[in-house]
Amino acid sequence: MSADVELDHVSIRFGDFTAVKDANLTIREGEFFSFLGPSGCGKTTILRAISGFSEPTEGEVRIGGRNMAGIGPNRRPTALIFQNLALFPLMTVAENIAFGLEVRGVPKYERRRRAEELLKLIALPGTGDKLVTSLSGGQRQRVAIARALAVEPEVLLLDEPLSALDLKLRQHMRTELRTIQQRVGITFIYITHDQGEALTMSDRIAVMSQGVIQQVGDGESVYNDPGTAFVASFVGENNALHGRVSQADGEFAVVDTRFGGLRGRNTRGLRTGDQAILFVRPESLRLVNGEAPANVLETRVVNEEFEGSARHLHLAGDRRGLALTQTNDGEVQRVAVGDTVRVGFRPQRAVVLPEGRLASE
Amino acid sequence: MSEFFTVFAAVLAALIIAPAIQKHADRWWSGLTDIRFVQRNGVFISVYLVVAVVFWVLFMIVLPQLYMVDFSFRHNLPLEEVGGPDDVYTLENYRYLLFGRETDEAWLNWLHLSVFLRTIIASVLVTVANFALCYPIAYYMAQVARGGKARLLVICLIVPFWVNEILRAFAFRILFGTSGVINEVLQGLGLIDGAIDFLRADVGLYAGLTYAYILLMIFPLYNAIESLDHNQVEAARDLGAPWWRIHYRVVIPHAKPGIASGCTMVFMLSAGALAIPQILGGPSSLWFTQIIYDWFFQGLNWPQGSAYALVLLLACLVFVLGVMRLFKVSLGDIAR
Repeated sequence: MSADVELDHVSIRFGDFTAVKDANLTIREGEFFSFLGPSGCGKTTILRAISGFSEPTEGEVRIGGRNMAGIGPNRRPTALIFQNLALFPLMTVAENIAFGLEVRGVPKYERRRRAEELLKLIALPGTGDKLVTSLSGGQRQRVAIARALAVEPEVLLLDEPLSALDLKLRQHMRTELRTIQQRVGITFIYITHDQGEALTMSDRIAVMSQGVIQQVGDGESVYNDPGTAFVASFVGENNALHGRVSQADGEFAVVDTRFGGLRGRNTRGLRTGDQAILFVRPESLRLVNGEAPANVLETRVVNEEFEGSARHLHLAGDRRGLALTQTNDGEVQRVAVGDTVRVGFRPQRAVVLPEGRLASE
Repeated sequence: MSEFFTVFAAVLAALIIAPAIQKHADRWWSGLTDIRFVQRNGVFISVYLVVAVVFWVLFMIVLPQLYMVDFSFRHNLPLEEVGGPDDVYTLENYRYLLFGRETDEAWLNWLHLSVFLRTIIASVLVTVANFALCYPIAYYMAQVARGGKARLLVICLIVPFWVNEILRAFAFRILFGTSGVINEVLQGLGLIDGAIDFLRADVGLYAGLTYAYILLMIFPLYNAIESLDHNQVEAARDLGAPWWRIHYRVVIPHAKPGIASGCTMVFMLSAGALAIPQILGGPSSLWFTQIIYDWFFQGLNWPQGSAYALVLLLACLVFVLGVMRLFKVSLGDIAR
């Protein structure tokens, strides 16, 4: 069984501090949905409101169409996986997994059977009698998932559960989580500050900043069509060029930057004279030889890094430097540190957005 | 004359020993400085620590207790006969606790045995009551209250203990007396007709004992519960557990060492309490420690008193170790 989750104009305040401001969205049933944002952006607060550990100050949380106001976490059809997993260290793996069933009065042999089934699902059969403290990080991770799944929740909530794992394991667990979600078919709501996790796993992502949901969409639309300066700078690497719109039509706008007029898509309908930022991704920047029609800026190579599959050039830029990524396909033009280079991009690959707060500013 | 010989012998001994010390001093010194403990703390501090601890344990704890053990196996003799032919070891003092005077009609010494049993049982009840009272407070302080509130609560708990024990006990007498505050209030509210003699019913005694050791229960509990990750409580709740099961399955198992150490202390001290039973005990009730006290200071029978005190000590130890065994707590857990 799976259920949708609706946040109907949800605001959550702690005293004077507004942790979540007017969150309004519907998470579809069976969806892998992520809340993505830097720490302190209110994503965990939203998760706690869905799980029932806190109540919204304003608005309603509905799960499967049912208003959840006044229903405690122990009576909601949700299960939460904590950031530090919060497994019970004094219980065995099987007891941990079956705890939710024990609470519901399921008889012992039946609990044992269910625990074994779930251990098979998470590929840890036969570990039921071990203590959780004897398991590795990745194994504990999976036990926590099994414990949450044992109560057959309609919605599974995950609060940055991968953050304690090392990089390799984290990447492996991403695929694993996605596989488990597809197998059990329930709604997953995932909280993370790691845009890589959000992009690879989610059906849809809500990007949050300072308690406000900035944009909701699938990975590609959030990455390719950021709606605000924050989203553009937070999701993936991006070069920001500040300036004033000097010319605008329906589709494109030209921003008058330090490097001259540069053209990008005008998705937010900016008008001439507006303060704006033009965002262009490192992988969209190209070194330009000879004559190029437009959208070319001249700058200097400050540093370069070779990463195997790609080469990253750091160029002198606007407020921050510019980054340019070349794919190592054997056809790239080599440049040296200190060289003056001309770089350009296609206007379709850049987006002009209203001036706003950037991530980590 | 003998003094002269003592001094002479001492000088002679010094003359013989001193060169030997001088000869081996270097070796001893390097042996001493080779020890890791000495290297870490320096010679002076390590020697001080070792000497102080050995002195403390030996002279303050082991020797006096051994004296009591020795006393308990001797007859109560007048001073001039001590060391004489009649000063032999005997089990008489222990026999007396069990069977009383040989001339007594009853087979067992019911008077003292019943006081003994009542003391143990009442101490268990006091411990249980104390735990029931302190656990919610400790849980609140450790897991629920935030910063300032928890500190305020700690102060509220500690400050009343600045009042000395005797004064506190007498205050309880006033509280529970037939014309005391509680009776006045109950009668004023019309809840009872005549005054209830709380002191005769030992309510005052139990309340006084429970209150006296409240801190010794709260702080071990607080320490243990505080180290529990609050996420575990929330995880249990999220999985559907009602509050009582969260405590039964998650909090109490985690706090077991703290519970054991708190209960042990409260039980031992209740069983060994003297002032509070003296002041708050009902006219017909006696605490075993009062009998021990009487043997020492009323009967002037120190051997008999020592035997009683040792029996109490051993009984408490056996009881505590037995209960710890039952709940699978080890001594090491308590020290944590």
